[in-house]
Amino acid sequence: MDDLLSEFLTETNESLDTVNLELVKLEQDPNNKSVLSNIFRLVHTIKGTCGFLGLPRLEAVAHASENVLGKFRDGVILVTPASVTLILESLDAIKSILTVLEQTEAEPPGDDLDLIARLNAQAEGQSPAPAPAATPEPAAAVASDGPTERKMLQQLDRPLRPGEVSLDELERAFQEAEGPASMAAPVPPAPAQVAASVPVKAAKPAEAEDGDHAAKAAAQASANTNPENSIANQTIRVSVELLENLMTMVSELVLTRNQLLQMVRRLGETEFKTPLQRLSHVTTELQEGVMKTRMQPIGNAWQKLPRIVRDLSIELGKKINLQMLGAETELDRQVLELIKDPLTHMVRNSGDHGLETPDERRAKGKPETGRITLNAYHEGGHIIIEIADDGRGLSTERIKKKILANNLATEAELEAMTEAQIHRFIFAAGFSTAEKVTSVSGRGVGMDVVRTNIEKIGGSVDLRSQMDKGSTFIIKIPLTLAIVSALIVESAGMRYAIPQIAVVELVRASADSEHKIERLNETPVLRLRDRLLPLVNLAKILNIGNPTQGKSATGDDEDFVIVAQVGTHSFGIVVDRVFDTEEIVVKPVAPILRNISLFSGNTILGDGSVIMILDPNGIAEKTGGEFETQTEMAAETSITTGDSETTSLLIFRAGSMEPMAVPLSLIARLEEIEVDKIERANNRYVVQYRGKLMPLVKLNENVPMKTEGRQPILVFTDEDRAMGLAVDEIVDIVEDRLKVELVSEQPGILGSAIIRNQATEIVDVGYYLVQGFADWFQRSSSGAVGGGGKRRILLVDDSPFFLNMIGPLLQVSGYDVTSLNDPAVALKMRDDGRMFDVIVSDIEMPGMNGFEFAEAIRREGAWRDVPIIALSARSTPQDFERGRQVGFTDYVIKLDRDALLATLQETFEHTGAAA
Amino acid sequence: MSSTNLTTKSGELPATAVTDSDFVTVVIAKQHFGIPVLRVHDVFVPLNITAVPLAPKEVAGVLNLRGRIVTAIDVRRRLGLPPYEGDKPQMAVVVEHAGESYSLMIDSVGEVLSLSPDMFERNPANLDPRWREVSGGIYRLQGQLLVVLEVAKVLDFSRYTSAA
Repeated sequence: MDDLLSEFLTETNESLDTVNLELVKLEQDPNNKSVLSNIFRLVHTIKGTCGFLGLPRLEAVAHASENVLGKFRDGVILVTPASVTLILESLDAIKSILTVLEQTEAEPPGDDLDLIARLNAQAEGQSPAPAPAATPEPAAAVASDGPTERKMLQQLDRPLRPGEVSLDELERAFQEAEGPASMAAPVPPAPAQVAASVPVKAAKPAEAEDGDHAAKAAAQASANTNPENSIANQTIRVSVELLENLMTMVSELVLTRNQLLQMVRRLGETEFKTPLQRLSHVTTELQEGVMKTRMQPIGNAWQKLPRIVRDLSIELGKKINLQMLGAETELDRQVLELIKDPLTHMVRNSGDHGLETPDERRAKGKPETGRITLNAYHEGGHIIIEIADDGRGLSTERIKKKILANNLATEAELEAMTEAQIHRFIFAAGFSTAEKVTSVSGRGVGMDVVRTNIEKIGGSVDLRSQMDKGSTFIIKIPLTLAIVSALIVESAGMRYAIPQIAVVELVRASADSEHKIERLNETPVLRLRDRLLPLVNLAKILNIGNPTQGKSATGDDEDFVIVAQVGTHSFGIVVDRVFDTEEIVVKPVAPILRNISLFSGNTILGDGSVIMILDPNGIAEKTGGEFETQTEMAAETSITTGDSETTSLLIFRAGSMEPMAVPLSLIARLEEIEVDKIERANNRYVVQYRGKLMPLVKLNENVPMKTEGRQPILVFTDEDRAMGLAVDEIVDIVEDRLKVELVSEQPGILGSAIIRNQATEIVDVGYYLVQGFADWFQRSSSGAVGGGGKRRILLVDDSPFFLNMIGPLLQVSGYDVTSLNDPAVALKMRDDGRMFDVIVSDIEMPGMNGFEFAEAIRREGAWRDVPIIALSARSTPQDFERGRQVGFTDYVIKLDRDALLATLQETFEHTGAAA
Repeated sequence: MSSTNLTTKSGELPATAVTDSDFVTVVIAKQHFGIPVLRVHDVFVPLNITAVPLAPKEVAGVLNLRGRIVTAIDVRRRLGLPPYEGDKPQMAVVVEHAGESYSLMIDSVGEVLSLSPDMFERNPANLDPRWREVSGGIYRLQGQLLVVLEVAKVLDFSRYTSAA
């Protein structure tokens, strides 16, 4: 059912109950103005809503009752039991219409002319012609609500749809148009109809005696009514205040539970343990339940956006198409309230600054209509909201000018910055690049306010922008503010909580371990996976502990480094000890402490002590001035290395001392074969392997076959075929980044890469597969060929190495593979009308990444329905989820050959079945 | 944690008996101060005060008062007095200000006095400016003087918040 309608039903049923009560009160105390005005207000609201929803029959009845009530209120007519009964009767009529409405989502056909006539007569000051209450007349009037005779009144055989006007309705409107003086006029047609209904009614004279019963009868008569299931009973309206109170209580309960748990933990094995576990469990469930009551779909915060965008497009003369994805994503209403304004602002910004005018767009070869896309989804304990436009993107030059004009950085500093770093300046205070101030944005209270607001709720905001392609803002916010998971740490003898949201990992650092805190001109840094992580000492930034203590805390003894991430800044916080994580209830600090940016709140721990909650944003900011460039550099490195994730590589030697490597995942087995088993056949080396002849290929001519002992070989297989690559020695298996630095001209070698600080040649497996079986690539494997020839696969990966590696693999399996190293080229192919059966794409690519590529494909064009398989070394469930959101069909771990083939097979089976 | 709930205690008195001229007397560095009874929510001996780094020096820390977090104010610091060095633990008087609870750290708590207006006198002109800032006037008691501690002024840290 329509949300609006069900809300209306709930609300109206409640209002009616109130009005019923109030009316009875009014009857006893006819001069009570406040009761009267309350009734009037409620009935008025019902009428208004009906009109809005296009429910003419309800509206007519409500309107007539409102008239009478209005007269009551103005003192024109007196409140008499008879008149109150009449109103009650109209309420019952409304109720029975609502019942039908609830079932059929449409007003029942028919009308209430008689009732309305009597109400109007009452309003005119005439006492209703037939005495109400016990007389049979109202019964007949009420009866007109019964579904049984409704059919007789109305020729139309189907229920009216909302907004549709019944014939009777038209008739009534016509008659009413004659003016109030002829109010008696509508009466004549009514009796005729009522008379017609009498025989039917006669069956249930008892029920028909009063309105209440009739309503019940109506409800019963409508076949599949189950009062328990009615919408009015399914939801109740609860004040937000009550929910907030509940939340507070649950928070307290969580605290007390934590306290108890800690006490019992100290006691060891006791009889409290089991019931406490139960209590703990129930508390957690309760907490989750209450949290759920506070959850609202983010769509609620977006409701106004279509209108804003529409106005915007008119005002700015731009064509804008607003897309909203993931509107059903739920988050805490408190958070929702807080992000409403920033979101609105950002959408306006996108429309105003981001999108070009239709002329500009045409000139650039883009569709005239600009697009703003909102996308919300869950990722871990966070909500990610993306606001993307396909406009002009940020102008680095303009931002630079502005930075210099506002003295935010020097020219030399700008020189050293990357584009992304410069772009981030738009979040700096007092920054607005719109050259002319429009009424829409550009008042200088731009993105810095947005950022502040988002950070206030523990979120972060970042952006990606590409000239002429558009900008995307990414907001990351916590699901809820009230209860968060936090890591408890100790520094200089005091404990602090760090929200888990910001913690990436923990590193134990001591002088003799592999992680050692080093110093660059007294600035502590940590080597972490080939990156230098800037460190801050918590005791130092909090200004606690004496200097000697500080020294021992950072140098000699064991320390813990909490690797935290805020936006793209990564940094390490050095602490003395790390305790466990705890669910903490965030409480705001007193106003006097609020300007300490290092704390976001405080909380009570299980042991009853109060501790401060560190604000990672504040810490990042505090330290930002000192090593802004360093963090940024670190972030940049992580970006550039992002597309060459680590791969398991087999290192071996063949022919020379230089190491060679091949991705482990391509190799089926490693074997050592007795040399006397190696035979020569047809001028090739072969070996009997698993009941078949397996060809052995030498890596190059310099590789002599061993003459004694065992010959190490790498076995590659494809279904029932196997091929052996003879090597000198298998050295090791390493995990390293695979980045081909020098492309090789030599056949069989893809190029050289630095692996473990040594130049290593990467072997082109595809080349040797052909040597083993000349037809290896031509041979079609069973699954790949569908009814109409080879399946066409588009393979997109920025790394030529992977293209070369995966391409042959797929060809081996009988697919027709087109390899591209740039998604943009792929999109061009699409526009040229090339078609593929499936697209396999890398995620991490420079320029357009896989997610954007998938979005672009799904958005428009001939490839909309082509399945896309993501290929990446990153494979967290979040990535998976994100992939699905943007339109990936499936997700395969890079170089997991079997998984890729299986996924392809599956994908084709699906599409095959669908076709 | 020993605690006396003064609101209940004053509630037992006839409603008219508790007026603005009723004061809880507290002692800070041997000087008697009066805090209006109606503003006092609680008096207790605080056990664990968590220091808040980087906070204004008048803030002694934060503490847990029956599940609520209250900010402890070091009144000695506020008055420019040396730190407390007594044997007995300091006491805390909980007051509410602008919807927030604060606990004022004082040396000891005396009795509740009902004082008549004719014992009242405005701040003497030569009073230390730091005292004048928080004093609402002086009551001449027998043998000693009582400084009226104006809670709102003690907790007025606008110079800090505006500095931000």
